[in-house]
Amino acid sequence: MMESQAFQKIYTQLINMTKATVTLKASDVGYDEMAIVDGRKAQVVKLMGDIVTLQVFSGTEGIPTNAEVTFLGRPPQLKVSDDLGGRFFNAYGDPIDGGPEVEGEIRDIGSPSVNPVRRKQPSQLIATGIAGIDLNNSLVSGQKIPFFADPDQPYNQVMASVALRAKADKIILGGMGLTNDDYLFFKNVFQNAGALDRIVSFVNTTENPPVERLLVPDMALTAAEYFAVDKNENVLVLLTDMTLFADALSIVSNRMDQIPSKDSMPGSLYSDLARIYEKAVQFPSGGSITIIAVTTLSGGDITHAIPDNTGYITEGQLFLRRDTEIGKVIVDPFRSLSRLKQLVIGVQTRADHPQVMNAAIRLYADAANARTKLENGFDLTDYDERTLEFAKVYSDKLLAIDVNVDTDTMLNISWELLSKYFSKAEVGIKQEFVDKYWIEK
Amino acid sequence: MEKNNKTTGKVVGIVANLVTVAVDGPVAQNEICFIAHNDERLMAEVIKVVGVNAYVQVFESTRGLRIGSTVAFETHMLEVTLGPGILSRNYDGLQNDLDKMDGVFLTRGEYTDPLNREVKWGFKPLAKAGDVVTAGSWLGEVMENSIPHKIMVPFKMDKRYTVKSVTAEGEYTVDETMAVVVDDEGLEIPLTMVQKWPVKMAVRAYKNKPRPFKLLETGVRCIDTLNPITEGGTGFIPGPFGTGKTVLQHAISKQAEADVVIIAACGERANEVVEIFTEFPELDDPRTGRKLIERTTIIANTSNMPVAAREASVYTAMSLGEYYRAMGLKVLLMADSTSRWAQALREMSNRLEELPGPDAFPMDLSAVISNFYSRAGFVYLSNDASGSITFIGTVSPAGGNLKEPVTESTRKAARCFYGLSQDRADSKRYPAIDPIDSYSKYLEYPEVQESLKKSAGEGWLDAVIQTKDILLRGKEAMEQINILGDDSVPIGFHDRFWKSELIDFVILQQDAFDDIDASTPMERQKHMLSSVLKVADTEFKYKGFEEVSVFFKEVINIYKQMNYSEFNSEEFKKHESNLDSLLKGRMN
Repeated sequence: MMESQAFQKIYTQLINMTKATVTLKASDVGYDEMAIVDGRKAQVVKLMGDIVTLQVFSGTEGIPTNAEVTFLGRPPQLKVSDDLGGRFFNAYGDPIDGGPEVEGEIRDIGSPSVNPVRRKQPSQLIATGIAGIDLNNSLVSGQKIPFFADPDQPYNQVMASVALRAKADKIILGGMGLTNDDYLFFKNVFQNAGALDRIVSFVNTTENPPVERLLVPDMALTAAEYFAVDKNENVLVLLTDMTLFADALSIVSNRMDQIPSKDSMPGSLYSDLARIYEKAVQFPSGGSITIIAVTTLSGGDITHAIPDNTGYITEGQLFLRRDTEIGKVIVDPFRSLSRLKQLVIGVQTRADHPQVMNAAIRLYADAANARTKLENGFDLTDYDERTLEFAKVYSDKLLAIDVNVDTDTMLNISWELLSKYFSKAEVGIKQEFVDKYWIEK
Repeated sequence: MEKNNKTTGKVVGIVANLVTVAVDGPVAQNEICFIAHNDERLMAEVIKVVGVNAYVQVFESTRGLRIGSTVAFETHMLEVTLGPGILSRNYDGLQNDLDKMDGVFLTRGEYTDPLNREVKWGFKPLAKAGDVVTAGSWLGEVMENSIPHKIMVPFKMDKRYTVKSVTAEGEYTVDETMAVVVDDEGLEIPLTMVQKWPVKMAVRAYKNKPRPFKLLETGVRCIDTLNPITEGGTGFIPGPFGTGKTVLQHAISKQAEADVVIIAACGERANEVVEIFTEFPELDDPRTGRKLIERTTIIANTSNMPVAAREASVYTAMSLGEYYRAMGLKVLLMADSTSRWAQALREMSNRLEELPGPDAFPMDLSAVISNFYSRAGFVYLSNDASGSITFIGTVSPAGGNLKEPVTESTRKAARCFYGLSQDRADSKRYPAIDPIDSYSKYLEYPEVQESLKKSAGEGWLDAVIQTKDILLRGKEAMEQINILGDDSVPIGFHDRFWKSELIDFVILQQDAFDDIDASTPMERQKHMLSSVLKVADTEFKYKGFEEVSVFFKEVINIYKQMNYSEFNSEEFKKHESNLDSLLKGRMN
């Protein structure tokens, strides 16, 4: 880290200005360094000889060409200490809850990556009580996984209940482009759960400039690393909404005259997102960072560059969908996936878990085929009828997001349904499990 | 690119990891340089030169870097260090030994030695004084884990030399002189166990490179049986996220009958690499009984590690592969994912403000990819021994669209196509390799056909073709049933469809997480295929179409129990005889 300079030179002559950047002549400036332009925070994005280009986070509206510019001699930083608990901050790490400044050790945000050989393989199940997650897409501490959801779905509510049930030592909320209503929602939920002291929030609402959002994940993750590395705590980081974060990236890259790639997103979108999500880690010393994010979709389209790149980076995705048959929002078993579930299911959960999960999903898929047949006006076979009945109950008792039971109960319910609607051959599970759990009619 | 005085320069521009350096002397394209920043030295590579300005891509974060920082050029390109002790190492994309780095976090500017300079190796001479040698000639060997590691004439030495002396059998460190050779001008050159090679150049120290002709067993049924890959062959696995690319790649790297496995984790998830770090030291190599890690080298440049080093990582991996191939070994090289490499190229091209091609990728993407794939292959060495690099890359097509530039370019370069299908993954039919769209060009090679006849029997090829036909006809029958309805098509359509489902469930689908089913040796694949084809050839009697699915589900269920049982065990045979009686009951 660089020392801040005792003497700060003030520049007063901007030579170029765009909506988001200002350019001036200055010397002895470091790349990525923070600066203040006319009282607004800015960061160095380009150095060419003595010509410095600064990105002004809140935009350049109203900045005159003779504005005062000072360089801070350091990248963006956060003061970390246990006092962060229970506090709300903006994207720069300044308190927004009326409380005092946090005293603590100064850390640069956007720290280096963990050496892959120093990581530990994630192995600790995170139980949420939601069967669509615990049964079919179990979460593991150290995992990174987003909810893929259309804007009208209750992703923030589901995320909040997952967070509160997850038994994390700390929950860190990184809110990007949150509506004020959602911000207040999180504040209330956390307060009502009596959990406020173990929650730290960095919030950029729709009232704040969009480019400021770019700092939120790094702020949240710097705090997370403090608790996970220095305090060996299990930290859960909630990032909502990463689509709005990516939108801010595209705004910046557009203003920097970069050539856009797919869906007007910068060509570096994958690396930009990976840098954030890869902060999820299980440390050998016991601390961990788990990231649960939200990526809002447009009309369920996962081929758009944002969910697409996200899917390649994260360890699965949780897909919310309204099931019109039962009138509830469910965790879609087809499109949802937890890549790390193999590390815990059948190991930390009952041995029959993997096979029961797969059999039920396969039969649920058969129900989808039967429904297509029905819609096309064909007669249904007896098997088709049974899959449809099964699917409805399965959806209601297990997939719906209002379910809250333990994993053994989820497995028992699954066996009940399998035994009720199908024959052993149709279920196709290893004999030893069928012998043990099949419920004879 | 030898120069007398090292060129130096000063930083005059910085945009992310693209730095402009004003130089005071000659620089070469792809030359390596170090930028001094406080106490750190940041490694970078020249990617463009305009007048006195060299544009370099920095392999590290440039945060805090200042205009005017001094730069020292190294007179060589990015190189790998080759010698005994590479196996079971974990490197980053620049071949830094990750285990030698202190601290939980990677430190900028920390570079570690890929080899251990202290450890002694038991050397046995293979050449003798008076032998005429060229690049890649074997001078001696040391045992690296269980692999006979050849000490060779460095690949860079492009003339003919006469061996003056070879060091006697004994224990030596890698830096000791193992041989002295003399060139035609009488210059004596001492050689150690270590040599260096620029990663972006192909090693050509071999006699010739025939077309691949021999099957490489992977234990994955839908590859070996349906679309086999060869020793020295190339293949690629494109698939949308969540379709099981990584699981499939791990399965292949665990099971394939290779002497050496090199895995390039290129811009992918760190936890996936951790899985390899955790599992491979525990897993037995079914062929040698030793641990898998002993024949494996991992190049880990995960998605959060610097982008420029990601681009280098695949070249580093390929160069290591070429080194072991020159020892007469069968090398399997896996790169996951080549799309991330292409994206690294795109990010740089974009910063250089080059005119972009499709989807903003650089115009020469296709050429770069096919050039890379061409480095794989089966070769005969100068001493007539053979070696091979089988290369399988995964591709992560944007939006699952197989028409995107990386998939399209790779399709032109790779001979096997293992397309993962979203539909199959959604219905949990793993591995989700699409049986109809995927192909292996090698099946058309007469020399491969010949070799398959020898290894798998005269009728094998016909059986494979028949299997593909059944799958295709089953798909067509399914479409008809969907259009016309269950009871409006002849029962034969249901029979045809379910016979293809039988092959799907028994042959194509394979449980990568089951100890037994995960890997199927060729012998067992032959047995199962001929068994299933016998069923497919049999005419069964049904009273109505409803009976077809009920019957086949029972058949499939028994076969699945067989797949989960030890081959030819009592349990296996019990299921097999149950199957026989079930089938007989339906025949008359």
